[in-house]
Amino acid sequence: MINRLTDALEFQSQALVLRSERQRMLASNIANADTPGYQARELRFADALRAVTHEGGPVHDAQGAVGPSQTNSRHLLVDDPNGVPASARVTAMQSQTSLDSNGVDMDRERASFVDNATKYEATLRFINGTVRTTLDSMRSHNAAV
Amino acid sequence: MSLLEIFDISGSAVSAQSQRLNVVASNLANVDTVAGPDGAAYKARHVVFQTHLFGPQVGMPAEGSSAGVRVSTVTEDDRPGRRVHDPKHPQADADGYVTYSNVSSVEEMVNMISASRSYQNNVEVMNTAKSLLQKTLAMGQ
Repeated sequence: MINRLTDALEFQSQALVLRSERQRMLASNIANADTPGYQARELRFADALRAVTHEGGPVHDAQGAVGPSQTNSRHLLVDDPNGVPASARVTAMQSQTSLDSNGVDMDRERASFVDNATKYEATLRFINGTVRTTLDSMRSHNAAV
Repeated sequence: MSLLEIFDISGSAVSAQSQRLNVVASNLANVDTVAGPDGAAYKARHVVFQTHLFGPQVGMPAEGSSAGVRVSTVTEDDRPGRRVHDPKHPQADADGYVTYSNVSSVEEMVNMISASRSYQNNVEVMNTAKSLLQKTLAMGQ
């Protein structure tokens, strides 16, 4: 019973962790915009969330290769503590080649950064809304308004 | 907590960019210098950036770690300096030529604008991370 109360929160909190993880990767890309030879990295949010919540079977990356997934709770985690599968972390495609072989497209990174920040805030609001709904449902009807 | 690491990442980038700006300032200040402290003409300096990986946990895969920036070396430009015929100059050589520094002011201005834009970008990243963290702290209130 208590599971049903916290299931929605559990999902949202995992989404929030992944959003902050993606924010960190985008910050790394923006920080290395002038580093020669650096290749931009990207987190596939949908793949990562599917892997973390163990939905939809094994994770496929862009090439169709199957990444390791934890189908049993006793399986050892092969990925980092946030549970992000290695197949969800990809090297971003380069839109224009540069002389110092730096692969950061600043326009795209900034757009992704703002997009991700907005979605992080949206997830925060979902969590706040869920908490408020739960609190409202627990409040007594007889209490004076 | 991934958001807190953003301050390390962008902080390293801001410090690297300000070092680059510092070198640009030195170069621009010496654009018309004839002789440096060692007697030879001033040589333009350039910073070399390098990715600096740091992860919160030991043994984490490299692709999961944070990528900051640091200045690995400061190199000296080896191009010959500008030579101007001016026999009356006290630093003129036997042929009457004065060797100025090899700083290209156009290159340095471009470098300065690039450094300042990157600096601004990273400050904005830190501001966004800060406001997201504050909203996270206010969760459930």
